[in-house]
Amino acid sequence: MAGNRRKKHHFSRIHAFSCGKTSFKGDHSLIGGPGFSRVVHCNDPESFEASVLNYSGNYVRTTKYTLATFFPKALFEQFRRVANVYFLICAILSFTPLSPYSAVSNVLPLVVVIGATMGKEVLEDWRRKKQDIEVNNRKVKVHCGEGAFDYTKWRDLKVGDVVKVEKDEFFPADLILLSSSYEEAICYVETTNLDGETNLKLKQALDATSNMHEDSNFQNFKAIIRCEDPNANLYTFVGSLELEEQQYPLTPQQLLLRDSKLRNTDCIYGAVIFTGRDTKVFQNSTGPPSKRSKVERRMDKIIYFLFGILVLMSFIGSIFFGIATREDLQDGKMKRWYLRPDDTTAYYDPKRAAVAAVLHFLTALMLYGYLIPISLYVSIEIVKILQSIFINQDLHMYYEETDKPARARTSNLNEELGQVDTILSDKTGTLTCNSMEFIKCSIAGTSYGRGVTEVERAMARRKGSPLEEEVTEEQEDKASIKGFNFEDERIMNGSWVNEPHADVIQKFLRLLAICHTALPEVDEENGKISYEAESPDEAAFVIAARELGFEFYERTQTSISVHELDPVTGTKVERSYSLLNVLEFSSSRKRMSVIVRSEEGTLLLLSKGADSVMFERLAENGREFEEQTKEHINEYADAGLRTLILAYRELDEKEYKQFNEEFTEAKNSVSADREELAEEIAEKIEKNLILLGATAVEDKLQNGVPECIDKLAQAGIKLWVLTGDKMETAINIGFACSLLRQGMRQVIISSETPESKTLEKSEDKSAAAAALKASVLHQLIRGKELLDSSNESLGPLALIIDGKSLTYALEDDVKDLFLELAIGCASVICCRSSPKQKALVTRLVKTKTSSTTLAIGDGANDVGMLQEADIGVGISGVEGMQAVMSSDIAIAQFRFLERLLLVHGHWCYRRISSMICYFFYKNIAFGFTLFFFEAYASFSGQPVYNDWFLSLYNVFFTSLPVIALGVFDQDVSARFCLKFAFPFVTVPSVIPRRCTEYPV
Amino acid sequence: MKGRRSSSDSSSSSKTKKPQYSKFTQQELSACKPILTPGYVIGIFIIVGVIFIPVGIISLFASENVVEIVDRYDEGCIPPNYSDDMLAYIQNSDTNKTCTRSLKATKLMKSPVYIYYQLDNFYQNHRRYVKSRNDKQLWSKKHEDETKNCAPEATSNGLSIVPCGLIAWSLFNDSYGFSIKNKMVKVSKKNIAWESDKKHKFGSDVYPKNFQNGVLIGGGKLNSSIPLSKQEALIVWMRTAALPTFRKLYGRIESDIQANDSVTVIIENNYNTYSFGGKKKLVLSTTTWIGGKNDFLGIAYITVGGLCLFLAISFILVYVVMPRPLGDPAFLSWNRHPAGHQI
Repeated sequence: MAGNRRKKHHFSRIHAFSCGKTSFKGDHSLIGGPGFSRVVHCNDPESFEASVLNYSGNYVRTTKYTLATFFPKALFEQFRRVANVYFLICAILSFTPLSPYSAVSNVLPLVVVIGATMGKEVLEDWRRKKQDIEVNNRKVKVHCGEGAFDYTKWRDLKVGDVVKVEKDEFFPADLILLSSSYEEAICYVETTNLDGETNLKLKQALDATSNMHEDSNFQNFKAIIRCEDPNANLYTFVGSLELEEQQYPLTPQQLLLRDSKLRNTDCIYGAVIFTGRDTKVFQNSTGPPSKRSKVERRMDKIIYFLFGILVLMSFIGSIFFGIATREDLQDGKMKRWYLRPDDTTAYYDPKRAAVAAVLHFLTALMLYGYLIPISLYVSIEIVKILQSIFINQDLHMYYEETDKPARARTSNLNEELGQVDTILSDKTGTLTCNSMEFIKCSIAGTSYGRGVTEVERAMARRKGSPLEEEVTEEQEDKASIKGFNFEDERIMNGSWVNEPHADVIQKFLRLLAICHTALPEVDEENGKISYEAESPDEAAFVIAARELGFEFYERTQTSISVHELDPVTGTKVERSYSLLNVLEFSSSRKRMSVIVRSEEGTLLLLSKGADSVMFERLAENGREFEEQTKEHINEYADAGLRTLILAYRELDEKEYKQFNEEFTEAKNSVSADREELAEEIAEKIEKNLILLGATAVEDKLQNGVPECIDKLAQAGIKLWVLTGDKMETAINIGFACSLLRQGMRQVIISSETPESKTLEKSEDKSAAAAALKASVLHQLIRGKELLDSSNESLGPLALIIDGKSLTYALEDDVKDLFLELAIGCASVICCRSSPKQKALVTRLVKTKTSSTTLAIGDGANDVGMLQEADIGVGISGVEGMQAVMSSDIAIAQFRFLERLLLVHGHWCYRRISSMICYFFYKNIAFGFTLFFFEAYASFSGQPVYNDWFLSLYNVFFTSLPVIALGVFDQDVSARFCLKFAFPFVTVPSVIPRRCTEYPV
Repeated sequence: MKGRRSSSDSSSSSKTKKPQYSKFTQQELSACKPILTPGYVIGIFIIVGVIFIPVGIISLFASENVVEIVDRYDEGCIPPNYSDDMLAYIQNSDTNKTCTRSLKATKLMKSPVYIYYQLDNFYQNHRRYVKSRNDKQLWSKKHEDETKNCAPEATSNGLSIVPCGLIAWSLFNDSYGFSIKNKMVKVSKKNIAWESDKKHKFGSDVYPKNFQNGVLIGGGKLNSSIPLSKQEALIVWMRTAALPTFRKLYGRIESDIQANDSVTVIIENNYNTYSFGGKKKLVLSTTTWIGGKNDFLGIAYITVGGLCLFLAISFILVYVVMPRPLGDPAFLSWNRHPAGHQI
């Protein structure tokens, strides 16, 4: 029990700001009303009340068709194509005497064509089905009565079930956390699949349920949860738990979402509240839409045009036919007696020549049907499948490390790749490889670290300096430690003791080892220590400290223990610091501090934070290295690194005592502004700091990302970054991947301003929303003015907007302005955006600019965006497969996008376009001979060719050359496609648009 | 390039998803895309011209060697008193339809001399007409009563007609007799139909029945004691012409006709083309390797060849007068409009 209490203690300390009592307020009054009507009978899914509610099961389906809906739905899909409808009508009419051809020869091609396309659909859907089966048959422990838990398939979960999820398992449905293996009923959750963030999120159960740590506790557990109806909002949740006739409020703090992962916690117990389609992650995903490429839509228009010609030709023929037929019998005298006009059917009756003409019109519509290429669609499908095989086979898009080749999952969109106008990209895992590396630091005014960042490399390459080769050679012989890419013999391996400011370096490294909230995990076998941190940056700091000789190895309720290198003796000593307070990081504070007492008894405040808040907190005597450090920070920022300032201060006992009293009081107060109060007090003590230096961490970009972005920009393709990350992070990455450059003017639209903070506090929500919207609108208008007034010399604009502002910017009356501004800017970054917002932005760009959009992402949070965009590209990284499963094309690395778009996209686009032209050419050439012949057959509707020759002409005789052209043709080689990317911006012409010209 | 290739070979033995390297899958197969430089273009035009013009001349020459006599007789064979109402003449079964025409051979016509009749404005390709036959009935005795598609010439007095349908019913029935210097010339009417038609389409056990005994008599009658496979005039007629003006083979004269010989033709002018204003012509023609008389092919060759030569010469002139460097990137559209791209 002692161990449990210890855990309880330390977590409440670490999370000083976040823990507190929740109370009914605001939204909770809505429970039971419209939109908040869900009632869940926990642990009693079989009861009468629960069965009345009849919530859907946990079975999920991502396939387009089911067995029952396949035929109607697939046929409907097929007959959405107007040409197919026409051929169907022809096939039906061919059973009447109207038909110029025999029925079989008319029906067979249609059956072949439709059959082939539907067969392809079946194949594609079958792949999705297999994935569904895997997910639905995953197992989870469910309470099955009498306090026993047993494995059940995910698909069989019901609302109200109590489940036990173990470490590193995915949550099978949306759960309310009841208790966990921790005494305080907290658990850590990784939500990479939902929002792409890799840091662990802390969830905590209600006190009322937190004491159930054993399976048997659930034997008689009964509770009723009332909560909101299923909705797509990942970050809000309103509900209440009724336990033993007591009501407890539920907040997002207790909600565990499907597809997120339990981390760092042995197990949790949770009650299922949303299942299957009702879960937030599924509410966020829109159904797999059937995407059609632009060329195909253009093709439809050409087919309409051909229909026009067809009708016109038929009409002309009918008039001539009608006249000739009427003249055959005049005053009882037969003109063309050999046709027996005196004894005939309605089709040729001279007495009712008008009727005959109308009937002939129908015949002619069928007769000239060869103008419409029936096998066009099926040939295109075949060609596209073959093209995708080439994409899949491309060695240049194969990623050795993860053994993943490119995969075109739907072949429909190959040619669309050659027309991409705007790329909407996720950040984490897409542009970056989702790991932070400690690469540089500035201590006591000296910059250490010889690592070269991607950005520096990209810049060097642009200048043509030979930096690149040196670096790559250097990198190879280095044993890589995840999160650590620091190389400097001056301070590595303990040689820092010989540096001029050794004492500062010691303090610097000590601060790195102490000032954080990470947890050490000691590997039992080899004694190696790894860290579990809330954010990858923090992990990078602790790792850096460890590698530089300050190994943090234990955290207790009141202390942090570190193996330190003693500068005097040169040996490792164990030092333990008693941890007094943690002043947490928050986005408004932009810093975190710890207060510790060292073994000598000195009280230390160790602080790290953003330069914008830290420099103003330095003491007069602590500014010794300010100038150099600032210089270094600017250098680091230019190199695309995230920087933090480290500073410390010694406290005297009296000051600390007073602070501690105030701080504890503030923390324990119950008022709504508890946090602000605590912040204020923390503010008071975090001053008069002494500067130690700065750190620089690289959010490691994937290989080749800046070059790829450069190349795409050259080709006139715009890149928007939509990320769930913080604004600062997003901007840093923008710099790192050369999306943002020095000299760009940034238009930042944010709702995190002090005014908006106060607005949010106010009780009147609608007024606050209106005011916020007004502020966003104002910022947009200002940005627009800047855009309109800007001239070349001031440099291009970059738009950065955060999620909350985006909500308002996407409202109907504002979105046009937003889009106008965004299009005018050279780069656009949307941070803190939810999956739904990503999808909305994508839709906005797609519909309003009618340009081709490509979305690229790797997490489940990108699914909506991928499906909304004209083309969705999934990064098949290490994380979940959701993005890949809903993407159209999956690649392993962002940089492959260059080849995918510039080479394959270009080729496929050209191939498909010329193939379509070829198709229309051959059919028009053929169809018109039929018409010309009619002129010599008095428009009687006699085809000039044999039936079977006609029906096989399209399906068989002329299909191979066209398909060969569509699969193999290359106007220029891959090398030239990449080299001359700029022809992509040539003016659009009728069909082939890009890279169609090349020097002869 | 080579280095990558060898490394891929070595690692492909283990079970990876790495695509196999081949020039085909990597779309690196060597390809030839000829660039049409002025030299090539001019050369090709000259070659085409040089080949086509002689071919055209030879074809034209062959066509000129064909001796062809065409005589339109539909109007000339109407007695003057009927010239206002030719239809009444042809439809009256009591009038004398015999008519004598005299033709002059301008050159020696070597045997065989083919005799054709040429009809004009006769729509044998009309959909109603083309469909109005029953191939089953024509081929086999079993299907004698099969008269599908034959209406209104399917049955007569309740009995099925063999051969049924409008095509057979409207069989051409003018006949020609030839004499040179008052000497009758033998006309062979054997082997004028397609061999395949005789063997596979018209049955040797199918005899005409109830043919042309309805109210309305169309064209010629058939000897009901001769099987259809031997009725070659019918077989020729049943192979319907694609165009409204057509010639059909009537027979062959197996002897030479000397130059300046006067050929007397005695025509039984029975067939009604007057109601629809069609012409009737009698054609005597020899053949050469190119077939009958047809100048089109020769003219086409000469025209295309001439055009090519003309283009070749113009291109040479353009090339001499206004030469421009090859592969000059300045002519690319994005270089001509530098504003077109902003990077």
